[in-house]
Amino acid sequence: MEDDDRVFKALADRTRRLLLDRLFVRDGLTLTQLESELEMTRFGVMKHLRVLEEAGLVVTRRSGREKLHFLNPVPIRLIHDRWIDKYTERHVSALVDLKNELEEPS
Amino acid sequence: MTSTTANTTTVHVFRVYIRATPQAIWDAIVTPEWQAKYGYRAPGTYELRPGGAYQGIASPAMEAMGASGVIVEGEVVEVDPPRKLVQTWHPTWDPQIAAEAPTRLTWEIDEIEKGVCKLTVTHDVTGAPSVEAQITGAIEGAGGGWAYVLSDLKTLLETGRALED
Repeated sequence: MEDDDRVFKALADRTRRLLLDRLFVRDGLTLTQLESELEMTRFGVMKHLRVLEEAGLVVTRRSGREKLHFLNPVPIRLIHDRWIDKYTERHVSALVDLKNELEEPS
Repeated sequence: MTSTTANTTTVHVFRVYIRATPQAIWDAIVTPEWQAKYGYRAPGTYELRPGGAYQGIASPAMEAMGASGVIVEGEVVEVDPPRKLVQTWHPTWDPQIAAEAPTRLTWEIDEIEKGVCKLTVTHDVTGAPSVEAQITGAIEGAGGGWAYVLSDLKTLLETGRALED
């Protein structure tokens, strides 16, 4: 699987997006802290976190005895820079062309 | 060690995979000629020894907006080329951000297979909320922080051209 595929697959799930939103608000949480806000078993949360980690969207780091989870925004930025910018620019320039054409004196 | 550790520090972690050698990535991080080609394009100088100085210098675009000279100060804490660099990072471009505590920045390069590296930037911004807003890209119109810089660095090293060029 390509890197982008992993990111899109990881994002295509409400619970995983919820976990990312939670880390966006407060980064560096433990599994217990993440689990406390979801109506899901610890095992279920771990499974989702593993998918997010494999996509590079979550990076873990040890601090003492704890394993902390961090939101890594870089894969989303890569998709933004490589895909979204490309299409939105084209879209905008098409609209500019249309505007020029419509406004051209007949 | 108590369970309060997680809540007393403010750390952000940024990671990118780059098709390049550890040396190429190292050079892109520590040399001003490379730094001027990606991200905010502010060239920086490092004295690569523990206790050595780091200085980030305003780019031409920043000068056009009124900044000049040294805009980030720091000290090198640990150097292990081309694998690890630990430094302090203290922006001084405006009085509010300059009043905050120096932050701690760790660069780690791991070659995970031949020619592919994992670059991890860990930024401890404890006690520095304005720095945190800057590096996470939370400030409108002030660039995208480390995610923007690392995406651009990946593009530059893999294609020979940065995103805006």
